[in-house]
Amino acid sequence: MSSNKKYWKSVEELNDSSIVETLKQNEFVQEIPTDEFLGDKDTLESSSTTRRDFLKYVGFSTAAASLAACEGPVVKSIPYIVQPDRIVPGVANYYATTIANGFDFASVLVKTREGRPIKIENNTLASTNGHANARVNASVLDLYDSLRVQGPKKGDKAIAWSEFDTETINALNSLKDSGKQITLLTQTYASPSTSKLIAEFSEKFGNVNHVVYDAVSESAALDAYQAMYGERGLANYDFAKAMTVVSVGADFLGDWQGGGFDAGYASKRVPDHGKMSRHIQFESNMSLTGANADKRVPLTPTQQKLALAQLHSLIVGSSVNTNALPAKIKDAVQKTASELLKAGSNGVVVTGIQDVNAQTVALEINKKLGSKAFDPKTPIKTRQGNNKAVQTLIADMKAGKVGAVIMSGVNPMYTLPNAKDFSEGLKKTSLSIVFTSKEDETALVSQYTAAAPHYLESWGDVEIKKGHFALMQPTIRPLFDTRQFQEALLKWTDNGVSINDYIKSTWKDSILNGSSYNQALHDGVYVSNVSVENILEEETIVEEIAIDEVPGTNVARELAASAKTTGTELTLYTKVGMGDGQQANNPWLQEFPDPISRTSWDNYLTVSKADAEAWNIINENDSTGALNGSYVTLKVKGAQPLTVPVIIQPGQAKGSVGLSFGYGRTTGLKDEMKTGVNAYALYTNFDTVQSVSIEPANGMHEFACVQLQNTLMGRGDIIKETTLEIFNTKDKHYWNEVPMVSLNHEETPVTSPQVDLWDEFDRSIGHHFNLSIDLNACTGCGACVIACHAENNVPVVGKEEIRRSRDMHWLRIDRYYSSEDTFAEDDAKKEGFSGLFGDNGSLGGFGELEDPADNPQVAFQPVMCQHCNHAPCETVCPVAATAHGRQGQNHMAYNRCVGTRYCANNCPYKVRRFNWFLYNGNDEFDYHMNNDLGRMVINPDVTVRSRGVMEKCSMCIQKTQKTILDAKRDGREIKDGEFQTACSAACGSGAMVFGDINDEESKVAKLLKDDRMYHLLESVGTKPNVQYHTKVRNTTEA
Amino acid sequence: MKKPYQSLEVNSIYNMKQVIHRKLSRNTLSLSLIFLLTLSTSLFAQDGDAVTGKALFNANCIACHKLDKKMTGPALRNVEARLADTEGLDREWLYKWIKNSAGLIKSGDAYANKIYNEFNGAAMSAFPTLTNADIDNILAYTATEPTVAPPPPGPIDGGSSSSASSEGGISNKLILGALGVLFALLAAALFLVNKTLRRFAEAKGVELPQSSKRTPLWKAFAQNQFLVLVSVVVLMLASAYFVYGFLMQVGVNQGYEPIQPIHYSHRIHAGDNGIDCKYCHSSARVSKHSGIPSLNVCMNCHKSIYEVAPETQAEGLAEYGVNYNAEIKKLYKAVGWDDAEQKYTGESSPVKWIQIHKLPDFAYFNHSQHVVVGGVECQTCHGPVEEMEIMSQHAPLTMGWCINCHRETDVKVKDNAYYTKIHEQLYKKYGKENFTAAQMGGLECGKCHY
Repeated sequence: MSSNKKYWKSVEELNDSSIVETLKQNEFVQEIPTDEFLGDKDTLESSSTTRRDFLKYVGFSTAAASLAACEGPVVKSIPYIVQPDRIVPGVANYYATTIANGFDFASVLVKTREGRPIKIENNTLASTNGHANARVNASVLDLYDSLRVQGPKKGDKAIAWSEFDTETINALNSLKDSGKQITLLTQTYASPSTSKLIAEFSEKFGNVNHVVYDAVSESAALDAYQAMYGERGLANYDFAKAMTVVSVGADFLGDWQGGGFDAGYASKRVPDHGKMSRHIQFESNMSLTGANADKRVPLTPTQQKLALAQLHSLIVGSSVNTNALPAKIKDAVQKTASELLKAGSNGVVVTGIQDVNAQTVALEINKKLGSKAFDPKTPIKTRQGNNKAVQTLIADMKAGKVGAVIMSGVNPMYTLPNAKDFSEGLKKTSLSIVFTSKEDETALVSQYTAAAPHYLESWGDVEIKKGHFALMQPTIRPLFDTRQFQEALLKWTDNGVSINDYIKSTWKDSILNGSSYNQALHDGVYVSNVSVENILEEETIVEEIAIDEVPGTNVARELAASAKTTGTELTLYTKVGMGDGQQANNPWLQEFPDPISRTSWDNYLTVSKADAEAWNIINENDSTGALNGSYVTLKVKGAQPLTVPVIIQPGQAKGSVGLSFGYGRTTGLKDEMKTGVNAYALYTNFDTVQSVSIEPANGMHEFACVQLQNTLMGRGDIIKETTLEIFNTKDKHYWNEVPMVSLNHEETPVTSPQVDLWDEFDRSIGHHFNLSIDLNACTGCGACVIACHAENNVPVVGKEEIRRSRDMHWLRIDRYYSSEDTFAEDDAKKEGFSGLFGDNGSLGGFGELEDPADNPQVAFQPVMCQHCNHAPCETVCPVAATAHGRQGQNHMAYNRCVGTRYCANNCPYKVRRFNWFLYNGNDEFDYHMNNDLGRMVINPDVTVRSRGVMEKCSMCIQKTQKTILDAKRDGREIKDGEFQTACSAACGSGAMVFGDINDEESKVAKLLKDDRMYHLLESVGTKPNVQYHTKVRNTTEA
Repeated sequence: MKKPYQSLEVNSIYNMKQVIHRKLSRNTLSLSLIFLLTLSTSLFAQDGDAVTGKALFNANCIACHKLDKKMTGPALRNVEARLADTEGLDREWLYKWIKNSAGLIKSGDAYANKIYNEFNGAAMSAFPTLTNADIDNILAYTATEPTVAPPPPGPIDGGSSSSASSEGGISNKLILGALGVLFALLAAALFLVNKTLRRFAEAKGVELPQSSKRTPLWKAFAQNQFLVLVSVVVLMLASAYFVYGFLMQVGVNQGYEPIQPIHYSHRIHAGDNGIDCKYCHSSARVSKHSGIPSLNVCMNCHKSIYEVAPETQAEGLAEYGVNYNAEIKKLYKAVGWDDAEQKYTGESSPVKWIQIHKLPDFAYFNHSQHVVVGGVECQTCHGPVEEMEIMSQHAPLTMGWCINCHRETDVKVKDNAYYTKIHEQLYKKYGKENFTAAQMGGLECGKCHY
């Protein structure tokens, strides 16, 4: 049963720390210092402004303001001279394009208004990576970054492209004559046409070396795949075909091997005919994937290697010595192995350990299992970086062997641990060019900064998976004087054609096989059976040299042998919100709270509770509820010591710590965005696992954490969850109980009309919108949060305001921890002890009744305005600014709101947001709404709210109204699926379904009748229009 | 003077159609032909050939040619003589050219190619139906001497006309001023007479009747508390009324009639010429904005209509003080059209219109909802635009005004499949056929404020 579980939002709450207890009881822990101000008579009297003066000023300014308001401003309207026939003012156009920034690869739809891209949406035609994650959703704001490089530069000096061309061509020609190496250091493009261009460039300039560099390397996995299958790529996994998913350190719902696996995974997480997949995760950091697992085993990176080796021995049958593993973990691995063997081809094993042997072990296990989810035939192409090639390049540069370095899509000065070596080497080259859209760390040390366009201004193509192609097309004319890398290659190779013609001819010649190019451009994607290897011969040769590590003959044994513990182990990871850090100047992403730690504007060291106690590290909440944390100094051999703040992370494996990439940028971004520390400095040898020593440092760090703002207030039924076993065997009333209230001393269900204060309004005519959220399918990825930001012009408030609990997110994803087992089961276990020793001995047994913070279960719950049919907020508004519509939406009339905030106080869900300041056009909030460029992203259909008004989720009424209007204009009925909100449209995992429940055939109407359906805080009787679906965990050990 | 005006109007419509549909329908052609024939018989009787020729010219040639002005094709006054003099080409060449210009160009004729290239490869349409006699008639018409244009009825430029009207203003003021001085003198004289008479009376010892000492009116008023109370209440009510009235009109721009950078007359376009509103404001059908037409829409017609009819011009100058032809020149300048050379120069300067109808940002209004779904006439909100010489805001555009209309207007549910099911249910529930927008939820805050 769900309600006897204890849920908690932070370690502090679990500890019953006094501050949380006080917060529960009292909004303001410390007394509000009114007396300090009003009680001091001297200060009041010595003030130069008397009461009368004050009133005078108020009077005059009011009069002046009202006089000024009498005259309306003269507004000019300037029509086009020649209006493009595709653009109708007020009507959005959609274009299919592809993001390929070296870290994120996805086919997306771009919504443009009056020629401005304003939103990224999912491309439903794409069978591969058609879902935009949080970063891709936010990428549209990067286009309007006011700090973009606006034209080519030589050093600090702006030059013209013609000048750039003559100088670079001369330099390249002289290098060609001298025979010195010309290096192209690029991101992974995975682009057939770019590969062809680079081959042509190499042909022209002779000694050309193309080095592909991924900031966060997957080199080990690439090597393992290449050694086994003879092709550089990453094995593809379709988790929709797996019933037993085992992951050893792979955050495959995050950015593991390029990401994009969540949709398939989520499709099997929803119980269907009593069946759902089972997911076992072995990991050290609490990752998004671990948070979704049915069983999570926290263990250090070294133990991960041993566990994987043991798994290999149990499944494939190699003999490995894994005695170093603790018995409990060993036991867990054994059980996992037997589950996998039982699942057979329905099982799959993935690993994120950056070790060629580990990756080979995973491939071998999947091969042995005959896993259906494992697809080595269509390898993923979105990671091609090569560690050894990069290191060789740096050595060559330092040795003066390299004549020119041309960089594109990379920022080695930020992402390389040995950036110093790189800059030394760069000084020895006679030509260094970087194609970048930001004046980043690398641009500062390069001779030429070639201003590169944003992907929404560029042409391009990508082969995301083998045979799965995608096209990139510009959705706006370049805002600045920019040129993409491929265009420069065309120029250097004296190729007169434009880049789009070049791509077109490449596609026609070698990809399309007779299909229409225009159709492919329209769809944005094209799936072909034809391999493009023939046009990429040059490329493959480069790659063949490039394999840097060859797996051994007995991989599992070698893997186990390489597992040696040395001190505390640090695992470097990427955050859902920041990725590799190239979007660090994006305020939406900075303010995006991490799904796990719920902390924004920072990176931090995640430490287990046990270790924190040992090192005397604390996290505490100050009187406003804001989180503070101790600092520690991290020392990694060969790197500068790094002082980082600490967050005590439930579920972090003892003896391990975690730190995310992507923060600590120093140039090319606004001061507000310069947050966190640069973890790349510790990324020695491209190994995400480093052994560190940790020393406490002085001071406390102020976090912008939205975790403790709203305590649970003892309402345990916010999240309902059950196990698959109970779900399959017991009645709905057992695990999804409808709350009862007492009416005339009789227990009555709260849904009964008799207990209602209000008369029901008949909503059976017309539309009645409902949003359904499946807690099983929701992975907590946060794409919806950013999509909501973009759609609804939600302002960014900044770190200081977040600390004051003034975040403006209309949609938040609450994260709740709960102990793995219910307390009742713990009790049962205690009762079962017999004697001191043995399997049931209390000596070991009590130890196993571990601290719940060591390995909690996690549940994500997206919460937005619940659009209650009996809304508590509506009844308390003194000016009737918030009222209910017959379509089920709770309306908010901003122009009517006077800002009493009664509604927010009366909302049981805490979803209303108050504009404490004017965030638009205010230089105090130096994000994107204070400059014309940044404001171009604003959705013209949604009001930009001003200071002093309340706002909240509108259930995207602008979108539902548009759908209705389109249908009316066409004179047709609306089909199911046409109604969408920004969040439901962005949800790739199918967790959010939006629609009209008056349409009985609609998906959402059927979900309303589902057994798992419940409403948030049903006992309050608010009758929300947002449904939640009880989380079911597959705890059945097969 | 009736005729040129009429024919010009016909021309303009003719030209417009030519731009929209390249193929002119035969009906219009023959209709205008008959129309023109009936008109022209009464006038111009000097040469029979030329009269028929004129009709033929107006029916066939006028879309691209003028007698004295280069248009899509060259000016045609005395074309035959000119060709004979400069190129040595005879009438036979002209027959060939008119009947099949493309063939002549293809055959490699030097002058044919020259003229073809001069006009940027815009080939003249072939007229195989014209007989040699027809062509003779047309040529006779082109050979007529230009009639001396009658002097324009008003001054050419708008400046002098406005100065004339301002002169009138000054003379009015002068008369008024003189009258004022006169009255002042009279008053002074009266006062002086009175004073003198009193002095006489004093000197003669005549006892002037002394008015009895009464309490002054204001004191009496002040002493009557009831009156004071009533008047204070009245005063307060009156001032409240005016203050309220003042405050309620803040931000309401009804009647706002700014001077636009180009004097565009809706009266002529929508009224006299009867052009559909949505021809220019086409996005009203699909978008929330009705849209200000881009300048290429203007040029659809104004490429051919480079000046208005003399009557219209005269009317503009006399009644509105506007030189319409100069306004068309402003359009040409903005769009970058060289009228003499008949080509775009590429130098354009966007027109900065002054927005008249402004809704606040927090109010969402969609034109297509009202125009297409609701079938509301543009005039319902924008007033009699077809009579407005200068566009002005007709409606107050206040929320109360919106709401009133929503309360009174029935939703057009007929023949709209979207409403079929909803209307059925509503009919079942309320048993009536028609529902106003308000009853269908058109008063909910969130329908317009989001």
